[in-house]
Formats: sequence, structure tokens, C-alpha cells
Amino acid sequence: MAVGKRKIECPLYAEGTAVSEEDIKTRKVTHYEDHPDIRYSWTAGQAISRFLNGLKEGKILGVKCDGCKRIMVPPRMFCELCYKPIDGWVELKDTGTILTYSISYIDPDARPLPKPIVVALIQIDGASQNMAIMHLIGEIEPEKVYVGMRVKAVWKPENEREGSVTDIKYWKPLEG
Amino acid sequence: MVAIVGVGFCGFNSTTPDLSWKEIVYEAAIKAYSDAGINPRRDVDSFVTCEEDFWEGVAISDEFVPDQLGAVVKPTCTVCSDFLYGLATAYMQIKSGLAEIVVLEAHSKASDLKTLGNAIRHAMDPIWLRPISRAHPYYLAALEMQIYMCERGLCEEDVARVVVKNKNNALLNPSAPYAANVKLEDVMRSPKVFDPLKKMEIAQTSDGAVILVVASDEVARKLTDTPIWIKGIGWWTETNSYDTASFSALYAYKAAKMAYKMAGIANPVKEVDFAEVDDRFAFKELQHIEALQFANKFEVARLLRDGYFDRDGVIPVNVSGGSLGVGNLLECTGGQKTLEVILQLRGEAGKRQIDAEVGVAQVWRYLPTFSGAVAVLGV
Ligand SMILES: [Zn+2]
Repeated sequence: MAVGKRKIECPLYAEGTAVSEEDIKTRKVTHYEDHPDIRYSWTAGQAISRFLNGLKEGKILGVKCDGCKRIMVPPRMFCELCYKPIDGWVELKDTGTILTYSISYIDPDARPLPKPIVVALIQIDGASQNMAIMHLIGEIEPEKVYVGMRVKAVWKPENEREGSVTDIKYWKPLEG
Repeated sequence: MVAIVGVGFCGFNSTTPDLSWKEIVYEAAIKAYSDAGINPRRDVDSFVTCEEDFWEGVAISDEFVPDQLGAVVKPTCTVCSDFLYGLATAYMQIKSGLAEIVVLEAHSKASDLKTLGNAIRHAMDPIWLRPISRAHPYYLAALEMQIYMCERGLCEEDVARVVVKNKNNALLNPSAPYAANVKLEDVMRSPKVFDPLKKMEIAQTSDGAVILVVASDEVARKLTDTPIWIKGIGWWTETNSYDTASFSALYAYKAAKMAYKMAGIANPVKEVDFAEVDDRFAFKELQHIEALQFANKFEVARLLRDGYFDRDGVIPVNVSGGSLGVGNLLECTGGQKTLEVILQLRGEAGKRQIDAEVGVAQVWRYLPTFSGAVAVLGV
């Protein structure tokens, strides 16, 4: 099985009598198929625009609230707890600590992934508690990842950055 | 009774490239809270928001609600419908004793949606209606317009006059991006993009948010000297499909009946001073005036021509400029109508102020529906 190193033995779903491709193709199951084309272009807004432009420059930007004393990332224009405008911007480090993680072996269609993907919540250094960003972990064997592991951002080369969360390619272990 | 004690809005603009929808909502919310003199973190018992995932472009969009409203770790719920349905929900939460202060929110970031036509199309029955035509689904409105014009004996000018009235009314509304000094001949020259429907008879989309603070009788009297009372509210659905509809806005007639009954209104012409009605297609305003019983069904067009529904007429309709002047605000459309009624009743409508004590806000759930809601508000 090409599912990384781990064997998956239990089925991901309860077994039943499946509708076969054949049943669908021969229209034994009566249906009408449509593929809607609905597109959006979400305005990033004041706070996230500044954050994304920061990433382009290789910086992780946060905001601070003098009410609850939190340093928040991703940034917002208002503190949702104190319900007031934020009090300023701060540049955070591109290092952090893994808060939690998971190793995924299967894609959304339940097909084995060629290589397992490690998704983690990373508590950014300098940001307040519960201010983590979700990203990928790389340059390490998946089974060696652990909660509390120190990591550092691996950035795309400057000319390839476009002001997106993927301007950071992934996070790699800080030690060694 | 239940009262509106605070109102705030942001917009309305044809596009808002500098603000995210959350930032638009935050701006409207702080205005509403300051207007009501409340702190949302301390004083609000429940938050009701109105949104539709396909307009937003995210599933379970209600999960994105709390932060910008000050509703983090508070009771929130979403009504997947227009703002006026949310007003009914807020009303019921207060009447049932579940809450004393409820915040109601709806917004539109229609400019983020790049394929409005396909989103509307997605609301059509996938097996029965969608395969029939690849045309932009505005043709659905034209189908309804055609039969309505036939049955009422309307000419093109009768419908075009709605555009003239509303876009000119909008000139006095600083929050109406589609205001224009248009004359009947301008509208008549507008191309029939969905014959008999003309391009200028279709409201274009706009962005914005409306927030209300709604309170129980007792709390309202403590918070403000100028509560706006919710005297009646109603909603109704006729059918889900174009092949079984009456094409006479029965949904609006029935919703109005429900709201009028609750408000104790027996003769709307005498007891209602003005109305904001859904005019996202110009002919819809005629249908809705009829459904709200402001005129006999064969008189609406003549009365409109005679100025009966003008800003200085007997029953002014869409003094704000309506959706033709302000824009189609998706699920916030009823919010804009309610906002205008509140501002007029409070005497805060600026240059377009009229003298009124009872106003009606009416909304349709837009294409492709035969649903709608009506609220009767008064001082
Ligand atoms: Zn704070």
C-alpha cells in the first residue's frame, strides 16, 4: 500500500451495497448531473491585506490590544474579546511551537497520498496563548513530529512570493 | 410590545475593495451599539444573523459571525433567509422570554461574488428547471413580469415609471450608489435584455450591512425615549416552483395579512403612512404595492403615474430610492428597507424626511422564490 509507512486496516466507512459506476453510466440510477460554476473573489480587507503584504516581505505581522494585553495573529482590526479597535501592529518571529498536529495519509477522495502530509497548529513566538496558525511541517519524518516541537518557517524565494499564506512553504524543525 | 432601540449601517456601495465583509459588519455594529447605548459584551442576550452560504462563498457561514458583532462566547444563531425573517426570530426570542436584548445582523458583500447568475441558478430545481436554459436566470423575473403585465393590462411605461421614481428618490439618499436623474424616455430606451424586462429595471448589487438592537418593552423604555415598535410581522411562502406559482406576489399579500392582523390594521391605505417595498425588478414594486393593499390591482399603475406613491404622495413608496437606487443587498435587502422605515419614523432621514408614524417594510426572497416577509413599524 502506498500510504506512507503506516498500514491502515480498518475501513474508513461502514460497508454497504455500493452503487456501481456501471449503474450510473447505464442510467439504472435515474439522475441529472450538473457542475455549477460559482466563483468568488474574497476581499481581504484592512487587517488581512496588511498581513499578506507582510508575508510577501518575509514578515509575520500581528496586532496588539491594550485591553486584554493580547498579541493576536492572524491580525484583525478589532479585538473580538474587548470589542474595540486594536492598538497597534507588531512584527512576530518566524519561529514557533507545535500545539497539535496530524499526519494525513489519504486525500479528500479517500485515495492514498503519495507522501503523508503533516498539518500542524503552530503557536507563533511572541503571540498570545491560543494564537496559532495552521500550516505544514516539512524536512522531518512524520513520525518524529511531536507536540511542543520547536519549528521555523521555510519561506519561498522572495521573487516567488505573492502575498499568500503559502508564501511560507512549510515549517521545519528548529533544532539540528 | 417589542421595540427597535438601536440601528447602525455601513454602506451602501456598489463595491468595497478596501474592506472585508467582517470589517463592514464591525463598522455597522459599533454604530448600532452606540446608538442603543449598550455594550454587546455585557448587555446582549442573543445574536441573530441572516445569511446564505452561496452568497457568502463559505459553507456554515454562521460560524464566521461572532467576532465582528461582539458575540464571542454568546448565544448566536443564523436564519438562512432575509433580514426580515431574522427580525421575526428576534421578536419571538424576546416575546418568549428567552432574551431581553437581541442583536440582528445582515450584510451583503455581493461584489465578492463573481458569478451572481450561476449562484441564482443554483437555487433552481436541479432536475426540473436547470437543464432547460443556459440563459442568465433573470429570465425567471421576465416570465413573471410578462404574465403580470398581461393580467393587469400594463404597458411598458407603467413599469418604467417605477425606475424613474426610485432612482430620482435616491438622489436625496447619500447611501444610494445607483441614484440617477433619469426620465421616462431614458428608461424606455434601456435595452430589453430579457424581453419584456429592461436592463434599467433590474437592481444592481451593492455591499453593506445593517444591524439592529431589539429589546423587550420594559428594557426599550429604559434605553430610549424614541423606541420604534414592531407592531406586526409576517412571512409566507407560496410554492417552490415556477410551474405552480400565481405570479401575483401572493407571498407578499399573505405575509402582509399576517402582519396587519397582528398590528390591528384593517385599512392599510388609511393606517399606513409609507412603505419600503422590494423593487429588485421594477415590476415587483407594482405587485408588492398591490399585495400590501395600498391600491386595487387595476389601479396601481394609474396611481403611480398620478404621483400617489411619490415622496410627497399619499403613500410614499421607496423614498430611500428602493433597491433600484440603493442596490440589491442580497439577504440584507430587508435590512435596508427596515433601516429606512426606522430613520423616517425617528425623523433622521435628512433631506428625504417625510412626516410619518406608521411604516411598512416588505421584502421578497428574490429569484427564484415565491416567499417574503412584511414588518409594520410605528412610533
Ligand atoms: Zn482585547
